[in-house]
Amino acid sequence: MGTKELMQTQPNKSESVKMFQKGLAVGFPIMLGYLPIALTYGVLAKQAGMSLTELTLMSAMVFAGASQFMGANMIAVGSGAVEIIIATFVLNFRHFVMSLSFMNQLRGVALKWKIPLTLGLTDETFAVSALNPDEAKKEKGAYFYAAIIIVAYLSWVLGSLLGGILGDIIPQKLSQSMGIALYAMFIGLLVPSVKKELKVGLIAIVAMLLNASCVQLGMSTGWAIVVGTVVGGMSGIYLLKEEKEE
Amino acid sequence: MTILLIIVGMCLVTMIPRLIPAFVMEKLQFRPWVNRWLSAIPYAALGALIFPGIMTVVPEQPIIGVIGGVVAILLATFGLNVVLVVIGAIITVFLLTM
Repeated sequence: MGTKELMQTQPNKSESVKMFQKGLAVGFPIMLGYLPIALTYGVLAKQAGMSLTELTLMSAMVFAGASQFMGANMIAVGSGAVEIIIATFVLNFRHFVMSLSFMNQLRGVALKWKIPLTLGLTDETFAVSALNPDEAKKEKGAYFYAAIIIVAYLSWVLGSLLGGILGDIIPQKLSQSMGIALYAMFIGLLVPSVKKELKVGLIAIVAMLLNASCVQLGMSTGWAIVVGTVVGGMSGIYLLKEEKEE
Repeated sequence: MTILLIIVGMCLVTMIPRLIPAFVMEKLQFRPWVNRWLSAIPYAALGALIFPGIMTVVPEQPIIGVIGGVVAILLATFGLNVVLVVIGAIITVFLLTM
């Protein structure tokens, strides 16, 4: 929260620093959501037989929570490498769709920025970045998105390492309660947009129902989210008509 | 050694799909309807990420996640900052599972 205060003082600092600090403030909720999950992942990966280096390396190189939990579980039960890698691909393919949208939003930003930004794309960094689209058009806006991703990345990697070192330090009841954090963050991001534009809520509901139906039909979580996002997003082709055409 | 191989494989199949759009989007210009579709993706993604996943917060009692979600909706509707929305939802679930 200190970042917010910093933003108000020191009026004559450079634009990039201001953008970066703004990104830190906007990205802070991700840290709140990631830390408990990263700690849990660290504990679980350690129990799965991974070394401290391996589990931290996985967080640093894969940077995708759900797939790392799955990976650690599959390592624990002795699944084959190919099987684990294919399952990871399926589970994380949704980021391809999100990146298409994010990169379209960042059209004004240079490719040398877009590459690291898209490599740092997760459900959470995408959600926060996509719902703050105005910075993409501002000068030095890339610093804003970079800050969001750095907060998220450091929380995830360091949290994993801590979990591996400290083991079960968060009481189970508390860590279970903290499982709602990221969902609440998604809701906290979505609601203000819905208040501004009701149609946006309709798009989300269409996607929810599609996702739930696909899960009911026995589709894997990964594909169900892809279908919900891609097909649900198509409702926007009609719903977002006669709006700002960028 | 096998674990290292798994990590590198997981890294590649995660990072390559994240990376491709950066290059695709450099080259392509879209018709307005495609742009509308792409700008709807964040909202659709949020919807798909929230539900039905939120029901698994306490796997044996899906209703607890739903109640936490409703509290989050209310707090956000009152205009609270995302951090407070998150904390409010955590407290709700914590109290419900006591």
